[in-house]
Amino acid sequence: MTVAIQCRDLRKTYDGKVEAVRGLNLEIQTGECFGLLGPNGAGKTTTIEILEGLLEPTSGEVSILGHSWRDSAREMREWLGISLQETRLSEKLSVRETVELFASFYRQPRSCDEVLEELQLTEKADAWVGKLSGGQRQRLAVATALVCNPKILFLDEPTTGLDPQSRRQLWDIIREFQRAGGTVLLTTHYMDEAERLCDRLAIVDHGQIIAEGSPPDLIERLGGHHVVEFAVGVNTTGNSDGAALEAWRKLPSVESVREDDGMVALSVKEPHLTIPALLDAIGKQGSELQHLTTRQASLEDVFVRLTGRHLREE
Amino acid sequence: MSVAEQIPAVEREVPGKRPPKRNGRWSGYRHLLLARMLELKREPEVVFWVFVFPLLLASGLGIAFRNKPADAVPVAIARQDTSQPSLFISSQIQFTLTHSLPHAFKPQLLTSDDARKGFRLGRYDLIVEVDGRDIRYVYDPARPESVLAKSEVDTALQTAAGRKDVVATTIVTTSEPGSRYIDFLIPGLLGMNLMNSGMWGIGFALVDMRQRKLLKRFVGTPMRRGDFLLALLSSRLVLMIIEIGLLLALGVIVFHMKVLGSLFAILVLGSLGAVCFGGIGLLTASRAQKIESVSGLMNLVMMPMWIFSGVFFSYERFPAVIQPLIKALPLTALNDALRASILEGTPLIHQWPRLLVLSLWGGVSFLLALKWFRWT
Repeated sequence: MTVAIQCRDLRKTYDGKVEAVRGLNLEIQTGECFGLLGPNGAGKTTTIEILEGLLEPTSGEVSILGHSWRDSAREMREWLGISLQETRLSEKLSVRETVELFASFYRQPRSCDEVLEELQLTEKADAWVGKLSGGQRQRLAVATALVCNPKILFLDEPTTGLDPQSRRQLWDIIREFQRAGGTVLLTTHYMDEAERLCDRLAIVDHGQIIAEGSPPDLIERLGGHHVVEFAVGVNTTGNSDGAALEAWRKLPSVESVREDDGMVALSVKEPHLTIPALLDAIGKQGSELQHLTTRQASLEDVFVRLTGRHLREE
Repeated sequence: MSVAEQIPAVEREVPGKRPPKRNGRWSGYRHLLLARMLELKREPEVVFWVFVFPLLLASGLGIAFRNKPADAVPVAIARQDTSQPSLFISSQIQFTLTHSLPHAFKPQLLTSDDARKGFRLGRYDLIVEVDGRDIRYVYDPARPESVLAKSEVDTALQTAAGRKDVVATTIVTTSEPGSRYIDFLIPGLLGMNLMNSGMWGIGFALVDMRQRKLLKRFVGTPMRRGDFLLALLSSRLVLMIIEIGLLLALGVIVFHMKVLGSLFAILVLGSLGAVCFGGIGLLTASRAQKIESVSGLMNLVMMPMWIFSGVFFSYERFPAVIQPLIKALPLTALNDALRASILEGTPLIHQWPRLLVLSLWGGVSFLLALKWFRWT
């Protein structure tokens, strides 16, 4: 495999004050779908725009298919399909006119009709952009990226604000592109999107990568396999003080403990060992179990474990 | 290039389909221009402000300031007494003024008091007082129309009484097309329109696209940035031809304006004006991120030219000290050049200082704009 995107020690400081990206390293292989996952303001957009050659990094090296922006920008633009976060395309142009406009910038674009068909926009080909729904607009944005027959597709928050059906449609399109040999780099703050779509992902927080790997690998390493969440009655001395939490940590098969929204969440390897012991302990305390659920660990748990915050928190 | 060849592009070509087309050097420019023209065509506001509004303005002002026949001069004839000579002479004067020069005078017989009161209120330009056999003119030397009335009435009365002119003179009257207000106005409106639509058409469009992040998206493609600006400018030139055509047609058809200069010279001036103000618009919009901030800037830039550049009235009325400054403004140069070409047929070659002013403003703005321009 060849390296599609590589960056070393990438830094970006705005106005000499705000450090949006602080020393970021990435290596993305061709044919991979790679995700940058992180909360709003983590530096995902800044990172992807530097990789796209739209922003100048304060320091650090970027290489796309072995080329650098300094030397062969014009050539590199021919290989990259880009969809920015919230581009508002001209409302008074039709879908086909918009795609044809973008196609005209490339030496050897794909046929517009083919791309429109692939993105299920054929029916809307002659409709003005202003009349499209959110999902259709987002598909059009991806169409303007795919019409150049790119080797690498950059998608910045492609499904933000879309309904579940539109999101799924876009996921299919991205998978289709990848199946045909394309490389994808996308940013998202949706866990499920990252989990389903990405071969590998990097969790970004405060301008740095805090964890990297395939979704199952990350979950296994950092999230525990299962999560047991429970709440006990008020007659105990509170769930949240450190000593009480530490007591739960001693139960069999528990890997970590945290307090989350009034409940205790245990990362657990084997729930069938933990749960009977947990019920025993609560019974001995004489308190009342008010809530108990178990579920598969997710990327959210990985993120909370790493940062102490939820992804969607403002 | 080597890497590009090593890594196969995503294969999608289905056998039997026609081979993928290759885009030529100017494909981006052509599509950008086409998209821009389509957008303009589909925007009703643009059609109104660029095409309809100047026509309405020209028609309105042309009708308001149309040339009317000169008003008859109101003259009061006041009898001091009712003696036989007074009665006779005053009626003689009234007859003379009413008939000898048709429509030039509007004489009215009054008592002395009423005449004075009417004169004070500006109802009459002159009082002819008849006292026995004496005739007195009562007029105000500070009122030009009063002075004129005195001299005209005197001439009429003296001629009627048998005065012969010693020197033979001939009179030719003129209110030919070319010297009327509408003739002055239409080239000025052309110039102002070129400024307005150049500044807004380029500046507003750019900031709007920057705000919508469309510029950033374009820069993410291999689009040539020069082609983009060129397409924007070209769309202005196409509109310019229609703007000039419509206004000139209005002038010629409705107001019987005479265009003395060649259409070619007018189009050259129009193009130069459109490009010059396009450059200034580009400069004004080179960094602004918001429509609101660029609107303020545009008005600030255009305000002095609306006032000083002689759109609606001649800038000769301003003090002589600031005349060189006024003449250095691009709109002044454009208006003067358009008037000289349209009304007098002055060849372009004799207008080189004005063309130079326009080229300098446009060229310098364009270069500075390229230096400062923000695509993102």
